[in-house]
Formats: sequence, C-alpha cells, structure tokens
Amino acid sequence: MSIKKISKEQPENFEFTSKNLETANKIIKKYPKGKQQSAIMALLYLVQSQNDNWIPLTAMKYVAKFLDMSYIKVYEVATFYSMYNLSPVGKHFIQICTTTPCMIRGAYKLVEACKEKISPNEKQLSKDKTCSWMEVECLGACVNAPMIQINNDYYEDLDKEKTLKIIDQILNGENPKPGSYRGRLNSEPENNRKTLMDIKNA
Amino acid sequence: MLKLKINNKDVEVEEGLTVLQACEYAGVEIPKFCYHEKLSIAGNCRMCLVEIEKSPKPIASCATPAVEGMNIKTNTSFVEKARKGVMEFLLANHPLDCPVCDQGGECDLQDQSMLYGIDKSRYKENKRAVPEKNMGPLIKTIMTRCIHCTRCIRFATEVAGVPELGAIGRGEDMQITTYLEKSMQSELSANVIDLCPVGALTSKPYVFEARPWELKKTETIDVMDAVGSNIRVDTYGWEVKRVLPKINEDINGEWISDKTRYACDGLLNQRLDSPFINRKGKFTKCSWKEAFELIKSKVKSTEPDKICGISGDLVNMETLYIFKEFFNKHLNSKNLEFRNDYIYINPEKRENYLFNSSINGIEESDFIFLIGTNPKFEATILNARIRKAYLKNKTKIISLTDVGDLTYPYTKLDGKTDIIKEIINDQHSISSIIKEAKKPLIIFGQSSLSLKSSKYIFESIKTYLIKNKKISENWNSLNIISDNASTIGNLDLGFYQTIDGANQVLENLKNHKYDLVYLLGQDSLEFNKQNEFIIYQGSHGDKGAQIADLILPGAAYTEQNGYFTNLEGKLQKAYKASYPPGESKEDWLIINELTQIINEKKIFKNKEELESSMLNYLNLYKEKNFKKTNSEKINLEFFSEKILIKDKDYYYSNPIARASKTMFYCKNEKINLKSTGTEG
Repeated sequence: MSIKKISKEQPENFEFTSKNLETANKIIKKYPKGKQQSAIMALLYLVQSQNDNWIPLTAMKYVAKFLDMSYIKVYEVATFYSMYNLSPVGKHFIQICTTTPCMIRGAYKLVEACKEKISPNEKQLSKDKTCSWMEVECLGACVNAPMIQINNDYYEDLDKEKTLKIIDQILNGENPKPGSYRGRLNSEPENNRKTLMDIKNA
Repeated sequence: MLKLKINNKDVEVEEGLTVLQACEYAGVEIPKFCYHEKLSIAGNCRMCLVEIEKSPKPIASCATPAVEGMNIKTNTSFVEKARKGVMEFLLANHPLDCPVCDQGGECDLQDQSMLYGIDKSRYKENKRAVPEKNMGPLIKTIMTRCIHCTRCIRFATEVAGVPELGAIGRGEDMQITTYLEKSMQSELSANVIDLCPVGALTSKPYVFEARPWELKKTETIDVMDAVGSNIRVDTYGWEVKRVLPKINEDINGEWISDKTRYACDGLLNQRLDSPFINRKGKFTKCSWKEAFELIKSKVKSTEPDKICGISGDLVNMETLYIFKEFFNKHLNSKNLEFRNDYIYINPEKRENYLFNSSINGIEESDFIFLIGTNPKFEATILNARIRKAYLKNKTKIISLTDVGDLTYPYTKLDGKTDIIKEIINDQHSISSIIKEAKKPLIIFGQSSLSLKSSKYIFESIKTYLIKNKKISENWNSLNIISDNASTIGNLDLGFYQTIDGANQVLENLKNHKYDLVYLLGQDSLEFNKQNEFIIYQGSHGDKGAQIADLILPGAAYTEQNGYFTNLEGKLQKAYKASYPPGESKEDWLIINELTQIINEKKIFKNKEELESSMLNYLNLYKEKNFKKTNSEKINLEFFSEKILIKDKDYYYSNPIARASKTMFYCKNEKINLKSTGTEG
C-alpha cells in the first residue's frame, strides 16, 4: 500500500444534492452540539456515493466548511482510510477480494477477467471511463468465496466466466442480480444442509 | 501531594503530574521525542517507556498520570530493552545522512541513539523515502528523516493557531505536510524548526551554513518589536548566522516570531562601513576626523534652537542618554524627539505608555478589549499569549476594528470612535462587561493614538477605568502596545518635546524651521528636504541615509552592549555578539568622540560611567512617578471618526528587516498567496 494519489483533474464545484443535504444534517444531529466534526466520516462517504465513488478536493473543502473544521483535518481523514477514493474510479467500481479464502478459491481468475474486460492495471479506468477495478482485503464474505463487490452489491460464488458475464452486463447498463451465483441463498450450504438435520429452523 | 517511589527513592510530587513530569521533578531524565511541555500530549513516539510495578508491559510515561503509591523504575534492563526496541524501529527508516544533516550536533535522535541505539541494523528491507514538501521560504523539509512525533502539527494547531499542518496517509506511508503543500501562514511558523527533534524540518536560510559547535553563542535581546523577546545569537566570526529563542517565561516563553529569527541576515547587507559626505549628490568616503570637523563647523554656525535630533526605532538606551546629554548640555538644544508621526503621548506617568498588566497578566485576564491594534503584527509573541489565554480561559475578546484573522475568535465592532463615547457614558454593552470583569485588559494600539480624537479616547478611557477601580495597585487594565524596541526607552529617558501630546519637533521640521537635523538611526521619517543639513547616524544605508548630507556609521543591536526597555517596562540588556563592520563604531562612542571634538571634553570617561549615570537617571525618574500629579480637567475634544489600522509592512518594518533577503522572500510569498486567491 502506498499513499493515495490525488487526481490531477478536479471538478470546480461540489455541493450536496438537496436529498443528501438533508441526510447530512440528520447525521450531524446524532452528535452533541459543538461536536459536529464527529460526522466527518459519514459525510465523506455521502460525498463519495454522490460523486461516482470518489471524493474531489473541492468536496473536502465543502465538507470542512460544512463541519467548521480545517481543510487539513478533512484531508487527513480522507487519506487515512482506504475506502475513500481520491481519484475517479468510474461509475461502476469493482473491488475484488484477494485475501486468503478467496485467493484459494480462485480470486486471481476474477482479477484476470477484470484485466481482460476493464483495464490492464488496477485503479485504472476503462476506456470509456465508467469502470475500474481494484484488489482489496477481506470483504467478509469468505463462505461465498471468491467474490467481488460492485458499488454497494456483493456478487458471490464466482468463477472467471461468470465474472466476465457480470462485467458485460454492468458495462451495458444492466443490473445483474447480486448474491450467490451458484444458486445459494445467502451463505447456506449447497445441496441442502448436512448437519443439524434434526433441528427444524437451524 | 502524591507519594511515589522512583528508582526505589521516595519522592513527593504535586497532584496532576504525569509519570514523566514526576520523574523529571525527581531528577531522573527520560528520553523523549514527541513530548513537549508546551504542547498537548500525543504519546506516539514510545521513547519514554518506563517500568511500573505490577504492570506487565512497559508504560509510556508521558501519557500516564502519576498515581499515589506508584513504584516507577527507569533504570532496569527491562526498560532499557524496551527503549532499545523503540529506537531500533525509529532508526529502521531513518536515513544515515547525519554528515549532511543540518540538525547534526543538536539532534535529539542522534543524542539518544548514543544511549539506546544498536551498532548494527537488522532491517534488511528498503528504507522508506518520502518526497520533500513545500512549507514556504523559511522551513526546509527532508521528510525522509521524519519520525512522526507530530510536534510540528500540535504547535501549528495549538500555539500558532493555524491548523495547516497535518499527517496524511497511515502506517509506513504517513507523511507530515501542509494542506496541498502551501506555505504556513503564520508569523510563528519557524518555531517548528526548533521543535523538530530530528532534521526533518530545518531552517532554509541557514542551510549548510555552519555546525552548532563552531558557533559563538550570545544570549541577548531582540529589537524587532517592542516585546523584547529573549534570544540567543549564534555568530561565526563577524557574521550572525542565526537567531534562536531563549526561554523566558515572563516574556516570550519558548517562541520567537519569524521576523526576530530571520531578519538577522539583514545585518550583513546594506551596511554603512565608513563615514560618508554627500558632495553634490554623490556620497564620498571620508575619515572620522573630517566628519567630526564638518559637524563642528555646522554646530558653531547654527543657533541652538535651529538644531534638532530625532531618534529611531532600534536605538539602545545608552546611546539615547548620551545623545540627550550631548544635546542638552553641549549644544544647549532641547529639540529632541523620537516620534516620526503624530502619535499622542502622555508621559506624565509611566503607566501612560506601558503594557501595565504585563505579558503574564494576559493569561489571568477575563476580558480583552483591543482598541485600534492588530497584535498579530504589532507584537506577535503577545498575540500568541492572547491566544493561550483564550484557549485556557475562553477569555472574551472584543476588537473595536475588524483586523482579520488573529488566530482566535473575537467580536468585531465597526471601528467608530462613537463607541468609545458610548462606553464611557455607560451606554454601551461593553461598559457593563468592563465593570463586571475582575481583570479586564484594555489594549491601545498605535493606530488609536494617531487620530484627531486620540487624546479624548485615551484620557477618557483612563478616567473611566480609574473611576471603576480597574486601575489599582493589584491590577492595572490600561495597556499600550508600542511599536518599536526603543519607544519605551525614549519615553523613560525623556527623549521628547511635547505639550499636550503633540509633536512639535516634527511640526517644526516639516515647516523647515531647523537648519541642522541629526537623525539617530531614524529611518521612517517622511520629510521633504530643503536647505537642512542632515546628519544620519545608523547601521544601514536605508531611507535615513538617503536624505543625509553626512553619514556616520553606527553599530547594530548585535554589535554593542545596550539596554532596551520592553513594552511592559522591563529593562533588559542586549549583549555584544559581533563587532561593527569596517570603520563603524558603537553608537555611544561616536557621540562621545564628537563631543570631544566640539567641546574638547568627553561626556563620559567610559561606558561604565555612562551606564551608571543612565541607570541613576532612570531610578530618579521612577521615583518621580510616585508623586501625585494634579489631575486637572483638561479639555477633551471629541471627533467622530473611524479608527483605521495602519497597514504596516510586517516583514519590512525596520532597516534590518528591509535589508534582509529572507524577509523579502516572506513578503513575496504572502503577496503571491493573496493574488492567486488559493488561500481559501
């Protein structure tokens, strides 16, 4: 891991949409008066969701003014956490888990699929600049390994072909169904359970 | 009091101390990097580990409060092993570039690695490399050397009040930087150089100039403003290499302003090194004898009341005293003045021109009212104290005028003198605040004393404060921030001519009533010369020398012993660190020798006689102050006007600063920042 790169191309303005402004005010209300700065992380995440999964510098300034704190403090938080993106990642942001369980179950095959379909390098935008991919640490869905996360949805139990198909659908503007791609409901055993047979609602 | 055991010795310490403080109190030294007594506690360097009985792990002493009955051990092998481990991690990524590092010889890491370092490194991986950051014209950064103690960040946010420094990234990739690498916008910024325990932040103007052990160190007084910060001047031969703060808790604490620190390179440029005579618009070198003879002939051919002397901003008190003696007793002239503008003074009592509450008193005060002053530029260190008071007590601060960012929040009023009138008539809300406050501070700036209604403002507020018992033996809430190092000295020595605070000498000078004008280091005079013969005595070829007919080269503040009285009336002595260049002489000596030529008799036999005579005079003067003066009703005229803060060129305020390259860079940096509009 190295320090995050700040995009050279920065939008000139950023403002919350009226809906997000309402949400932001709601978040701030959770904290005692004068401690509104505690809302910084939630607000940065809100910025990210509004602005195609990344936080421009103007948005950091906007948040800093919004919470009455110095720019550098917002900058510190934004650079500290790995889940804040500081350069464009495209509308469809794909995160591939490559931590041990996923890796054993073939996560690197999914990486290959992304390299073929999107861009040869991670954190690099596809040609139409709508999509990029990135290897990340454990996303907590080890039972359904290997898996990828696209924006807010998990796609689980994948292999290379299924990944290619999902990416194709995404790039075509469709919304593929999230969840297991081997027909499982959540993380239940495949082909019915094999233990605790005598308990009804286990 | 708490009873503790430190290294098996029983110690009693105050409550509320940390383990580290308790150990230092008991005389046990603890190695540390991130801990600094003037800053908040971070506890992130882990160098101060100690063993505490019943604790299985070593404990960071700087962040642990001392508790009754603690048994602290600092000299066990357990502690040493822990500290060695920490040191090994710190050195893992620290470059081995001490031979080319400016911190070498005064580096905390270097010193402590002598005790806790290991001779070999077990770290086989590549060392971390961090790109350098731009922090402006004063601070050079070599961030690879940084050990992330965060002292600089804490200083910027807490003391300087500019939260512009921060740590971005995390873990091994953590980097200290300003927001998007802009230069630090503070007049105290260079103090981070002293704070940095390693060579990550070093001084840009001093880069590769000298090693600390080659320098001669002289503890002296600063003259860049009237605060009189205590400094240490480091010289190499004649050259003043750098200026560092000296701790004086009553005045500057541990900090000095950037101007104090970096105007010193102006001592090397634009110096006058020989007497000059202006012959038909051209300055030609001459000998001292020629110069003195010329003055003698001029003095003999001029009537005493056609002669005037005006002193400057950086003149020490001995020189002022001997100059006054020279004028009063040998030239029979009383036309002496130190003001180059029409500032109102009332030197009847000493309290009328001092910062009476004292700098330490700021922290005790519960209400601060600024009248026509921008303390950030007029007295930077004092402003840092006001900020400290604000942080400590949440002191309420009101300024009559909007002076921009002062590093603490304050209420801004519209700057009209009508407000003063309302206050003294008990019609303004501030009146009740002043009355209720136990220790209010009313601070006058020079800008408020150069108005038409200055007399009204000053005298009526003073009467109001006396009436409400805010000027008493315990607490004097009347405060004046003077601009220059020699202002109070001038006032104490009676170096002025005034009726009702007016400036007659300047008035007469502007009306061309004098034939012979002696400028004693006066460089800010706005004056259209006609037929006057002007003698300039000073250290720098600046505005004063430009209009002169005869130039006598004097010495700067680092080149002669001399007393200065700071704005709170403390008499401090500046010591000689270097010597005057070329043929220039110490200022008092010039006057003494000149008198010998003119009247064939020296004023004083030697410097000691001069000093004791001056100190005698000052003591008599102070006694005079205890006499009660008749407080007659004086006519006070009121004018409704707006107090405008004089836009003083902070980095160019005196001839030394104007000759300094570093101050030029600082000024440019500020102008550029303003014009690009990237500051917000």
